[in-house]
Amino acid sequence: MRLFDTNVQQLKYSVLKEVVRLAREDKLEDSYYEIPRTIIPGPKATMRCCIYRERAIVEERVKIARGGDRSNENVVEVIDSACDECPVNRYSVTDTCRGCIAHRCESVCPAGAISFDKNQKAKIDPEKCLECGRCMKVCPYNAITESQRPCVRGCKAKAIVIDENKKAKIDEKKCVSCGACVYQCPFGAIVDKSCVVDIVNLLKESENGKKFKVYAAIAPAIVSQFTYAKIGQIVSGIKKLGFHSVIEVALGADIVASMEAKELAEKEFLTSSCCPAFVKYIEINFPKMVDKISHNVSPMVAIAQLIKKTDKNAKVVFIGPCIAKKAEVKLDKAKDYVDYVLTFEELQAMFDGYDVDVENLPEDVLNNASYYGRIFARSGGVAEAVEHVIGRDGLDFHLKAERCDGLDECKVALLKASRGKLDANFIEGMACEGGCIGGAACLQHGPKNRSDVDKYGKLALEANIDESLRILNCFTDNKGEK
Amino acid sequence: MKVNVCIGSACHLRGSYSVINALQELVKDNKLEDQVEICAVFCLGHCTQAVSVQIDGGEIESVSPDNVYEFFDMHILQRLNA
Repeated sequence: MRLFDTNVQQLKYSVLKEVVRLAREDKLEDSYYEIPRTIIPGPKATMRCCIYRERAIVEERVKIARGGDRSNENVVEVIDSACDECPVNRYSVTDTCRGCIAHRCESVCPAGAISFDKNQKAKIDPEKCLECGRCMKVCPYNAITESQRPCVRGCKAKAIVIDENKKAKIDEKKCVSCGACVYQCPFGAIVDKSCVVDIVNLLKESENGKKFKVYAAIAPAIVSQFTYAKIGQIVSGIKKLGFHSVIEVALGADIVASMEAKELAEKEFLTSSCCPAFVKYIEINFPKMVDKISHNVSPMVAIAQLIKKTDKNAKVVFIGPCIAKKAEVKLDKAKDYVDYVLTFEELQAMFDGYDVDVENLPEDVLNNASYYGRIFARSGGVAEAVEHVIGRDGLDFHLKAERCDGLDECKVALLKASRGKLDANFIEGMACEGGCIGGAACLQHGPKNRSDVDKYGKLALEANIDESLRILNCFTDNKGEK
Repeated sequence: MKVNVCIGSACHLRGSYSVINALQELVKDNKLEDQVEICAVFCLGHCTQAVSVQIDGGEIESVSPDNVYEFFDMHILQRLNA
């Protein structure tokens, strides 16, 4: 059974797995340089021109799996040597051009970018081309093609630029660390930095919970992942790695939904704050709207705060589909609560690096949250949960939510809102299409993921947020602390 | 006295809320608010014997919504009166 959507993910995973295995056996420092040979045994190249180049690139991947360039703040990095320098020009004329007399392409081009050679065949001057695509549409022979670098097309924040060597480069001022380029690049040339080694060491230092306890806070998008096993087996697997307990981030989402509804009723307009890439997108592109961003922490931080309230020495590792969370944990509002972020891809590498045979483990249980907390994993879930709380608490507020699925939709809503033209009072923004289940570090992205989330939501012991939070509210009576 | 009640998944499914609620009420009814603190913890590591309750870092007891009153008398009241 295929574990990943693409071989690029498979390759990244193989590297991570080796790094985890060596770190676990305390051999990483001595043996990390052997990983390229382990992964590319040769003698024939399978991906690039030769095994030497393949190994050189794996070497770079090992660096990133070990944390990457520490001087670079961004959690996403380009491996220059892996970038295949895809064509930069968006429109080009193919051999199908017949050199006709009509020259519709020329007459429709608003920039005068089309010229003809001595055979009357069209040529596009990339310097002049505005990339409007009209020439392509009017050519009677379909002789003009469009191609865009997958990283450029995938990056809705428009943060990919092409440097003088035709390599992709990240414009740090624009990047929201959503990781779309990581998933989209067909050569795996853009990679998210990993802290698997730190996590392996943390688990070792904890000595199975004797010194301190390491808690795994797992995002609800888990339900659409690891389809080869049951969620209960994944929970068992995580505990086998040395985690003390596995807790649903969805309980944090329940907390957030309940707070968000109150804040919204008070302020009358908000944008959601659970998606760190969306928050960053507003900060970069709509600085005047920053005061509209909900002041609530994200569900990840909310659950981590709760865990650390119950156990002062706790260490919390967030496990999810999200690359932007790796950036979020560095922020002031998160860094004291969440210690590390592990993606689903990395979790799979941990399982295999520790030889944990998840499929054959007994099923443990995972049930902390309500239906509403769990559906945060998909687009529309936050708005639905907030609406539920407004109704239940009888708040005097009529919710009109704008559900933005993907950064493109977020942009449209924010543009309208910034001009006072948005017919809504709550923007639910999710940078990834589909919501977190479309996250860049999911093992798989499929059409069934959304219904999986809803089904999983309905399996929660608690049907609604009051029920899941009542256990926490018990503690408000006692000594006035939550 | 610090009473830790597990609210991890296994205990949650077997009625942590009812146990905590009952303990809170018993503490109130017996006017022990100043002496007994009920705290939630995520997992005491005895998932098969849920709901796990631990007094002052001692042994982990298995309490259910049915025997919580008995537990309160036996373990909390007796200890306080000892």
